[in-house]
Amino acid sequence: MNKLVLNGVGKTFGTGGKAVEALSDINLCIAENELAVIVGPSGCGKSTLLNIVAGLEQADSGVITMNNRNIEGPGADRGVVFQSYTLFPWLTVQQNVEFGLKIKGINAKERQEIARHYINLVGLGGFEGALPKALSGGMKQRVAIARALANKPEMLLMDEPFGALDAQTRLIMQELLLSVWEKERTTILFITHDIDEAVLLADNVYVMSRRPGRIRCRIQVPIPRPRDHRSTVSPEFSAVKKEIMEMLWEESRTAANER
Amino acid sequence: MVRILGRNIYSTLTLSSFTFILLMWFALSYSGAVKELFLPSPGSVLQALGEMHEEGILVDYTLDSTYRVVVGWIMAVIVSIPLGMLVATSKKAEAILTPVIEFARYLPVVAMVPLTLLYFGIGDLQKFAVIFLGTFFQLVLMVSDVVAGVQRDLLRAAATLGASRWQIYRLVLMPASLPGIMDSLRITIGWAWTYLVVAELVAANSGLGHMILKSQRFLATDRMFAGLIIIGLLGLATDLFFKWLTRVVVPWNEKAGGKA
Ligand SMILES: Nc1ncnc2c1ncn2[C@@H]1O[C@H](COP(=O)(O)OP(=O)(O)OP(=O)(O)O)[C@@H](O)[C@H]1O
Ligand SMILES: [Mg+2]
Repeated sequence: MNKLVLNGVGKTFGTGGKAVEALSDINLCIAENELAVIVGPSGCGKSTLLNIVAGLEQADSGVITMNNRNIEGPGADRGVVFQSYTLFPWLTVQQNVEFGLKIKGINAKERQEIARHYINLVGLGGFEGALPKALSGGMKQRVAIARALANKPEMLLMDEPFGALDAQTRLIMQELLLSVWEKERTTILFITHDIDEAVLLADNVYVMSRRPGRIRCRIQVPIPRPRDHRSTVSPEFSAVKKEIMEMLWEESRTAANER
Repeated sequence: MVRILGRNIYSTLTLSSFTFILLMWFALSYSGAVKELFLPSPGSVLQALGEMHEEGILVDYTLDSTYRVVVGWIMAVIVSIPLGMLVATSKKAEAILTPVIEFARYLPVVAMVPLTLLYFGIGDLQKFAVIFLGTFFQLVLMVSDVVAGVQRDLLRAAATLGASRWQIYRLVLMPASLPGIMDSLRITIGWAWTYLVVAELVAANSGLGHMILKSQRFLATDRMFAGLIIIGLLGLATDLFFKWLTRVVVPWNEKAGGKA
């Protein structure tokens, strides 16, 4: 079943001579429980696409539906994890994770239980009372994931959530996300420009063209699950990676030729 | 660049700069290098403080001045914080208020003192008015800068967690602005002291500025110095109080506790 459908979505920033066409005729279907990863050259409109799905940005044209309902504005049914750290610094880990639940009006006891569950799920049991300033970058993103999941969203949208982390932490976070996804099976739309990350995580990798961004193709990743860092040394991994790299390389070469 | 200094080294350096100034004062006055009329000795300033205390004006004037600063400044704070937040969050409010404020803040307060005397006489009300005029416009701009500078993704994150506009305002924008607002408060209360002394120098029946001006008529340099030292100490105490308050109010701030 299709969870998220984008049909002919376009977006242009600004007007007149300074207009920047970020997205042009985006068509995308993401299935229920799919872990979809979008890759594309820098500046091709990936964040714009995710922000439109999140409701933080409005499309100029096209139709965006989740569960066959039009998306209008941001909402608790789509959790977002940003690349920048967005924990509320005046709230503890526990209070951060409870933020959305409190807004929904869930009672204190239930809130506490749900938050505990997700804090444990991301491996931060024991840090409930810590303030964000005491956490490392990786830990902050774990809390951000827990905070988004605690709301029980229909979809989780992630815009290069591990982009600011060092290589080691990044790998740990990727494995964490895989294990969380195995348990929760939330539909995920994940954006990255790291091809290894894309192949390791994705059911399907969607490759975008250079700006104005379109979805160039969908590449299925046949690597069996559950996956972990060892999956990256399989021959399937290399094959898929090569395919994506060629696709991206072609994109950047035509871009260079046109300049 | 900020170098990390040990706490001990830091306070030793602070202490020694004060000691140095004191020593220079001792040396210049007691050696007779500078006439007593221009630079009274520490001893005579201390004596002047004692005399003023006996006359009952030391504590009274200090309290009078402090009261004027605090009330005038709090009036400015109470009006400027909501206005600053409004300017930062509403384009309409920005269009209406910013040009007026930008114009008003370049009017030197000192030039408005005669007008305030005409409107409010020489009582406390006039002091409040001078302090208000001196801090209000700047505060609105400082607060609106702070609010506008709140990390945008923080607001977006709240929106994606289901927060309404008003909830984002109350639950995110306000607390996120608090550290910057505390800074603005600390800076402007310092200005409030300056404007108060200006107002008291021009016309007043009491207060530290009034005392300094009166002493000048009698060439009582020791009392003028005593007045300056009290104002300086009050300023220092206010600053320390605000740094402490900031640590209490926003203990979660990344920068909190960084500087002593
Ligand atoms: N608010 C905006 N106003 C004007 N132009 C914008 C705005 N947001 C994005 N753009 C432009 O739209 C294009 C796509 O931006 P976007 O951030 O979506 O790309 P991206 O693929 O996420 O890039 P990156 O790989 O750097 O994250 C860029 O050329 C960018 O400059
Ligand atoms: Mg981006």
